[in-house]
Amino acid sequence: MPALTDLLFYAFAGFALLCGFLCVANPLSRSPVTSAMFLVLTIVSLAGLFILLHAFFLGAIQILVYAGAVMVLFLFVIMLLDLKEEERRKIRGITIGLGALSVAVIAGILIRAVAAAEPSAGGRPLVEGGTRELGHALFTLYLLPFEVMSLLLLVGMVGVILLSKKELK
Amino acid sequence: MTVGLNHYLVVSALLFSLGLFGVLARRNLLVIYMSLELMLNAANLALVAFSRYNANLKGQVMVFFIITVAAAEVAVGLALIVALYRKRGTAHVEDLNSLRL
Repeated sequence: MPALTDLLFYAFAGFALLCGFLCVANPLSRSPVTSAMFLVLTIVSLAGLFILLHAFFLGAIQILVYAGAVMVLFLFVIMLLDLKEEERRKIRGITIGLGALSVAVIAGILIRAVAAAEPSAGGRPLVEGGTRELGHALFTLYLLPFEVMSLLLLVGMVGVILLSKKELK
Repeated sequence: MTVGLNHYLVVSALLFSLGLFGVLARRNLLVIYMSLELMLNAANLALVAFSRYNANLKGQVMVFFIITVAAAEVAVGLALIVALYRKRGTAHVEDLNSLRL
């Protein structure tokens, strides 16, 4: 009888992989909206995996920032662009075949590397990623990167406003 | 079999490969961008798993910064796509061939 956390891991991981596949290669629909919806489901199940890894704060901001803000931005742009015509384009078979081949090789290399390293041999799960621990690290040891990050967000905001003006010079 | 670090790493590798396949095979700029997000998330999962199993909070701090940078990156990238669509009237990579000889 496997433990409940193991069952939850397999449920979340299977759901993430299924929805990730339906996001990039949905056989029924090529609409970007469908892809965006399946990406939301993938991100939510990844947040579940984060919580299984005791990264509670990251699980919360994964849902808030990714499934909330980022995906709303995506849907807003899809709505703005009106991509009806794009769906009728054909994807050539050779593209799919060569893409699948190269990706399968890379996946094989990655999984062989994980299997060869046996990373969990002797490793015991320890760290807790609650808000208190992460916040303490963030505001003591990583204060400078934290401030630089706020500057980066400001630069990003100014850049977006400049890029989305009507006249791009 | 009890779930360990390598289970998480295999899931992360598979998700990364799915995202890479989307980048290679899809032709819509927005879907390519979503596949990129999928690859970023796969890397995040690997970092959180390493952090947990090495008893070290650095991986999680890294993921926190990655999520912040990804949010800024998505905003700028989508603004670029919108500007491109205004200028060229398409969000399809095969129409963007002005650099072709």
